[in-house]
Amino acid sequence: MLSFTLRRLVSGVILLFVISSLAYLLLYLGAGNVGRRILGSQASEATVALKNQQLGVDEPLITRYLSWLAHAVTGDFGTSWFTSQPVDQTITSRLAVTISLVIGATILSGVIATVLGVWAARRRGWADRVVQVVSVLGFAIPGFLIAIFLVNVFALGLGWFKPTGYVQIATSFSGWLGSVTLPIVALSIGAIAAIVQQVRGSVIDALRQDWVRTLRSRGLSENRVVFKHVLRNAGGPALAVLAVQFVGLVGGAVIVEQIFAIPGLGQVSVTATSQGDVPVVMGLVVAIGAIVVIVNLLIDLIQGFLNPKARVS
Amino acid sequence: MTQTAPPLNVEPAAEVAAVRSHLVRRMLRNGSAVFAMVVLAIVALGAILAPWLTSADPGVADIQSLMSPPSADHPLGTDAAGRDVLARLLYGSRFSILGAILGTVIAAVLGVIGGLIAGYYQKWFENVSSWVISVIMALPGIVVLLAARAVLGPSLWMAMAVFGVLLAPAFYRLVYTAVVNVRNELYVDAARVSGVGDVSIIGRHILSVVRAPIIIQFAFVMGIAIAIQAGLDFLGLGDPTIPTWGNMLNDAFARMYQTPLLLVWPSIAIALTSVALAMFANALRDELERSGQVKRKKRTTRVIAPGAVVAENQPVVHEEALADTRADLLAVDSLVVGYDQPDGSIKQVVNGVSLRVKRGEVHGLIGESGSGKTQTAWSILRLLPQGGRIVSGTVIFDGQDVAKLGENDVRKLRGRRIAYIPQEPMSNLDPSFTIGSQLVEPMRVTLGISRGEARTRAIDLLTRVGIPNPERTFAAYPHEISGGMAQRVLIAGAISCEADLIIADEPTTALDVTVQAEILDLLRGLQNELGVSILIVTHNFGVVADLCDRVSVMQNGLIVETGPARSIFAGPRHPYTRSLFDAILEDGAARGTLAHSSERNIITEGGRS
Repeated sequence: MLSFTLRRLVSGVILLFVISSLAYLLLYLGAGNVGRRILGSQASEATVALKNQQLGVDEPLITRYLSWLAHAVTGDFGTSWFTSQPVDQTITSRLAVTISLVIGATILSGVIATVLGVWAARRRGWADRVVQVVSVLGFAIPGFLIAIFLVNVFALGLGWFKPTGYVQIATSFSGWLGSVTLPIVALSIGAIAAIVQQVRGSVIDALRQDWVRTLRSRGLSENRVVFKHVLRNAGGPALAVLAVQFVGLVGGAVIVEQIFAIPGLGQVSVTATSQGDVPVVMGLVVAIGAIVVIVNLLIDLIQGFLNPKARVS
Repeated sequence: MTQTAPPLNVEPAAEVAAVRSHLVRRMLRNGSAVFAMVVLAIVALGAILAPWLTSADPGVADIQSLMSPPSADHPLGTDAAGRDVLARLLYGSRFSILGAILGTVIAAVLGVIGGLIAGYYQKWFENVSSWVISVIMALPGIVVLLAARAVLGPSLWMAMAVFGVLLAPAFYRLVYTAVVNVRNELYVDAARVSGVGDVSIIGRHILSVVRAPIIIQFAFVMGIAIAIQAGLDFLGLGDPTIPTWGNMLNDAFARMYQTPLLLVWPSIAIALTSVALAMFANALRDELERSGQVKRKKRTTRVIAPGAVVAENQPVVHEEALADTRADLLAVDSLVVGYDQPDGSIKQVVNGVSLRVKRGEVHGLIGESGSGKTQTAWSILRLLPQGGRIVSGTVIFDGQDVAKLGENDVRKLRGRRIAYIPQEPMSNLDPSFTIGSQLVEPMRVTLGISRGEARTRAIDLLTRVGIPNPERTFAAYPHEISGGMAQRVLIAGAISCEADLIIADEPTTALDVTVQAEILDLLRGLQNELGVSILIVTHNFGVVADLCDRVSVMQNGLIVETGPARSIFAGPRHPYTRSLFDAILEDGAARGTLAHSSERNIITEGGRS
């Protein structure tokens, strides 16, 4: 188990290294004359050259890359070209907000997809059809449309929630809950649609296994067979889908934060993107890549726990 | 948002080819497919015919009428800059759809070519591709698109090209799996040996298999492309100079409080198109899967309308050689088992079986596969697979009719009164739990004993069924033990709650011959020791000779001959029984002479009762 964990960890670190290196090279190769972009076409050649020198972008790419890497491993991602704020501060102050959204959505979609998937798999018939139709809709309709719909109905129409804004969890728990409920629901629907299909499929597969009959023949109740044995066996494939969906949820948070005016990573990414603020974009790529790598590692570990065969190999 | 299209099954080439002609016709009869195709056709026509459908220019701002409601001039009103909403919607569909097609085509071309090469040649190309994919998959698509936008600027086409690269794995995986499956098929080997070139093998055998799944994936990915492109524009990161659905949404969202209606049109356009694409893909996949099923259903048993008829058939009954005064523990009468079919009829698999199992008796139910003996055994436990049910007849166990009991009452019988030993040991243990926990759990539930007590008992049982190191087996997972050991574990489970009747469904069929003999010895020993009744389902007369007091011979869901094992062995009367005896010579009797073993059984019974 330990070597399994270590191996996954090492491959995660390598993956992160490859992603950040590729991103760095592509972003800076594509960035062109940085000083000119920041100062605009009116600025003189001399001020542009000075700006480039200040930012250190006049040096060869490989030198800059190595120096960036050396700083990045210590958590220093340089400063923003536009606000001159350290990138690591900008990101860490907003990371918690986005993570709380994404984790909330992961838990919500995992739970609801499991309940619906098991229900559809056991009932079949009309329940199955309802779940199938809902999941096609949830899969197809983009998350931001769902978010806009939720704002219009539950915030503007019914007035149950505030349409925008974010309350720190430390300030008021109920306030925080009120401010994240709609965003989390909006994020979750697409993920639920994808996961419920997998849960349904693997529960149906598991229910067909011979050992289910044998467990029933031993006098175990149907709920015990389904929720203890079948679900544990169906959990592996469902978790694999959840891992993929998690990546999607992080991406979805970018758009959803914009709609609900939540000060998370999404807002920073939109601002940094439209300005072409490459150091901030780089920091975001690394931060989001790291989150994904860590979550995938966790999911691998849970897989190992669920499936005794995975532990050995 | 990054969404991954659901996994697709790939059908073998032959089936796909046979089915294709019907596919179009069936898609036209499928309601949701027709709806999806109509919607897509309307959107496509709207995009093509935009200049004829509206005279307004989507880019011209009419300062005189800002945010005006629908009117004759502007059928859907105007937006905040005074531009005609209908014109923007129609012209916008051109950009949205062309952009989505561009992205999807790039994804498909990269993915299909990569998948073909990696699947056909494998080796290093496969390793490299899987690495590239894990790099691509590690970042949310929107983040990559944002990063690309930061340096490349707001170009719809550029964004969709990047999107195409990001979604290439969706096609790659599909094609790769299909190719790996097909390339090891015999007919592909045959083609290769007979000198057909790689390119034409790929073209003829592989592309024909993946064509339909690629179309399905294309629709899914295009739906995602429309969504993600609208998302980028909605964030205000798209090209503001062209009318797109996402740009319209962005404008409208900023003025959501003043004119919420402006949000409605682009939302409907995006949602309808995405849903139609997904519905089309789903319908196509369903129809493909359904056609695969129809072809696969080759096993036909008689299909009868509800209110099934019990076949008029009287089995050959051998006189009892010795007066047997033991009471019936199980009395099955005129049992009919059937499976509900989608068309409302019932597929009948057991056609009126009657049999008696006395207390302390070992009863053999023998017949070839498909004769309905396993279905009969499952009916007694009420554990028929989904769709199966007892259509008529009674299953009286110790005075109560199992066929009519409620689910809860049947559960009280299972394990505690009637136990089950399955056929295939390895597939009958839950792979995710230890052997020990699978023995302990039922004992705690049915006997209500403590965990510690159950554990002691379980170790004791494992010792009793001849497992050399019970402590270690207790802690082991099913994949860590052999088939013979697993069958011992299952036997331990069956006797763990002191049932009165054990139903053993071909308990030795899946095992090696030497292990078979050991398991039969074990069953005989336990039966002598516990005095339990056993109904043993088998197709092997060796097993019957070895264990059984009485035998019922089953054919086509009916009992054709029944009586004491000794008497049937001495003179089989039904032609089917005789043909089974002829087969035994080829099968090779498991062990022992029949006279010897059945005599011994009768003697031990006599001693017991």
